[in-house]
Amino acid sequence: MPNFNMQPKKHPMPVQNPDVRKGNFQEVALGYDEQTAKEEARRCLNCKNRPCVSGCPVGIAIPEFISCVAAGDFEAAYEIISRSSSLPAVCGRVCPQETQCEGKCTRGIKAGCEAVGIGYLERFVADYHNSRIAKRSEAETVAGAAEEQAKKEETETLFATDKAVQKVAVIGSGPAGLTCAGDLAKAGYNVTVFEALHVAGGVLVYGIPEFRLPKTIVRREVENLKALGVTVLTDMVIGKVLSIEELKRDYGFDAIFIGSGAGLPKFMNIEGEGLNGVYSANEFLTRINLMKAAEDNSTTPVQRMKTAVVVGGGNVAMDAARCARRLGAEVHIVYRRGEEELPARKEEVEHAKEEGVIFDTLTNPVRILATETTNPRDKDYAWVRAVECVKMRLGEPDESGRRAPVVVPGSEFTINADCVIMSLGTSPNPLLKNTTEGLTTLKRGEIAVDENGKTSIEGVYCGGDAATGAATVIKAMGAGKIAAKAIDEYLKSKR
Amino acid sequence: MYRIMTKKSLNPTVTQMEIHAPFVANKARAGQFIILRAEENGERIPLTVAGCDKNRGTVEIIFQTVGATTMKLNQKQAGDFLPDFVGPLGNPTKIEGLKKVCVVGGGVGCAIALPVARALHEAGAEVTAVIGFRSKDLLILEEEFKAVSSRLFVMTDDGSYGRKGNVCAPLEELLSAGETFDEVMTIGPLIMMKFVAQTTKKYGVKTIASMNPIMIDGTGMCGGCRLTVGGKMKFACVDGPEFDAQEIDFDEAMSRLRAYSDFEAQSREQTCNLFKMQAEGGK
Repeated sequence: MPNFNMQPKKHPMPVQNPDVRKGNFQEVALGYDEQTAKEEARRCLNCKNRPCVSGCPVGIAIPEFISCVAAGDFEAAYEIISRSSSLPAVCGRVCPQETQCEGKCTRGIKAGCEAVGIGYLERFVADYHNSRIAKRSEAETVAGAAEEQAKKEETETLFATDKAVQKVAVIGSGPAGLTCAGDLAKAGYNVTVFEALHVAGGVLVYGIPEFRLPKTIVRREVENLKALGVTVLTDMVIGKVLSIEELKRDYGFDAIFIGSGAGLPKFMNIEGEGLNGVYSANEFLTRINLMKAAEDNSTTPVQRMKTAVVVGGGNVAMDAARCARRLGAEVHIVYRRGEEELPARKEEVEHAKEEGVIFDTLTNPVRILATETTNPRDKDYAWVRAVECVKMRLGEPDESGRRAPVVVPGSEFTINADCVIMSLGTSPNPLLKNTTEGLTTLKRGEIAVDENGKTSIEGVYCGGDAATGAATVIKAMGAGKIAAKAIDEYLKSKR
Repeated sequence: MYRIMTKKSLNPTVTQMEIHAPFVANKARAGQFIILRAEENGERIPLTVAGCDKNRGTVEIIFQTVGATTMKLNQKQAGDFLPDFVGPLGNPTKIEGLKKVCVVGGGVGCAIALPVARALHEAGAEVTAVIGFRSKDLLILEEEFKAVSSRLFVMTDDGSYGRKGNVCAPLEELLSAGETFDEVMTIGPLIMMKFVAQTTKKYGVKTIASMNPIMIDGTGMCGGCRLTVGGKMKFACVDGPEFDAQEIDFDEAMSRLRAYSDFEAQSREQTCNLFKMQAEGGK
């Protein structure tokens, strides 16, 4: 391709002004316009060895789609992306591109130069496509009665005995489940997705906030899957309402994919975690994202805190901190290692800082102090008053290769706060393990799988956080994709 | 969507409904709970299963109108729909091996104590039931308890029916007279369960309490339902909802249950006003 754009830096993503956005939940990044997208696409050198593709967990044909963008054929670009990714609008927003495709980009190798904005372009292409089909789907909004009929029909598909088409059950409608379901539907299988919550989308709906991933986008991606013939059943907790055994034996599912996600939130096991005002990040984010607790007419409450201490330094901690900020709170991120070690994406940390989140790094909470009341009737009704912390310093590297934080003796101090949000990751959910005989799990409870996502039970596959512990959206999608391929091969062998 | 098949008022504040949810009905056992939403965009509330009918595909719930959501739920009629009804969640009551049990229920908690008493009775255990209410007009399920127990003590706080006093009185009398139970099972207000646990502890009788804390997903994801049991953090949804009552930190549980009481009061008032406006507008 002649006519490259040789500017060293990527076109910046237009964003909402920090002073404005810290008061609203609307999306922070605003997206490229057509002209900017074309210009950015012209920065791609179309390298023969395609290093970017090797960095993509789902193997999107990146140079090819970017060429289409440069040529202004955005629909063709969408076509190329959707061959590999079931959720382009989602990945364009939440993938850590800097450590994946963009981390490998030739344009970003030289000092002072930046990779092509592959994520921004993917997002642009997906949004372009979705805005064109949006009008069509708006007209298809259904009323309550029709929904009931639909639910009834959906439930009936459980009993469908059309032996000509093999049936696959997908447990969980997060990124792993949706990807697996999409690929299998495209391969011609009868796919049913079982979701425990009342809305499909998993972490994309309950975890990632609106300002980073608008829920209309997730809804549209789920609608796209339904259009492929996938049945989505909400309110179904597999392991409780139906067992994996029953899905196979009584409902004729020929293969099952478990994408049930990460599980129980971790706490620190310190004094005061039972106080009111202490949340897991999961609970706090679910209240705001899934249950819309920040909206005025919401029936689900969330604390309107004055000062929140968010413990942890990952992307989930950033999401929780920025949500608390939008509720009007002063927000401290308390993280035991240094700023360099923050596991969150750089962009998320920068956005959080721009919005006024205070970073107390090399700091660790040791106990949470309670309010004291003089009213004897209320003597046990206690809220968070402050968090006692210690300063840390970095010592010798531990087994993970990172320098282990060590307590600085005598460095105790308190942060006055009425809310603490624990964002320390999760441990695997025991629900399926406890109800599925023969399902082997690892020492910490993750479901054991081989490189193709195959579990210890024939015909049962697993991928995403349920198998790996908490990771990223795109890794879960990659696992869903690999499992879909393995399931396809398995089912072909069974015909 | 889940159809409300029947609706019956048990007392001025307690309502019984049967919900058509065949998958749940097929699996639910005594001691487990469900989560429902009364309307689109409504909050998720947990309710313990009061009974189910596999043949008709229905699950029975009994609830007290205490907050905005239960108020809206109570406005629904037979034939109306609930958008969501998920379950069965939590672990069923362990009844295997129990020969002689005392079931202690308080207020609307009796609705959950009943299926437990019934399951025990059907499994051949000898059931002593103690049920307590504030006053006669709040009494529920007396006949049903009679049918599944060999002895029934009905208590009211004000003495307007049965014996005057709280549920601990007959329990204390029985235990101090040398009566033994394999287990005491208690379901009701936290403060009542706390005192039941204190009473039985003196006599070394194993006691199980059914907990109903604030929760969202009910599958272990949010951690909002955490309790301290024997000094360890437990999640009511996946580890419970039943725990060793003598090990539960009831004071913490009571504090946590009140976390949103101000919000609830405000929300209930708004809902009340909304219904008032609708009622006046309809006249």
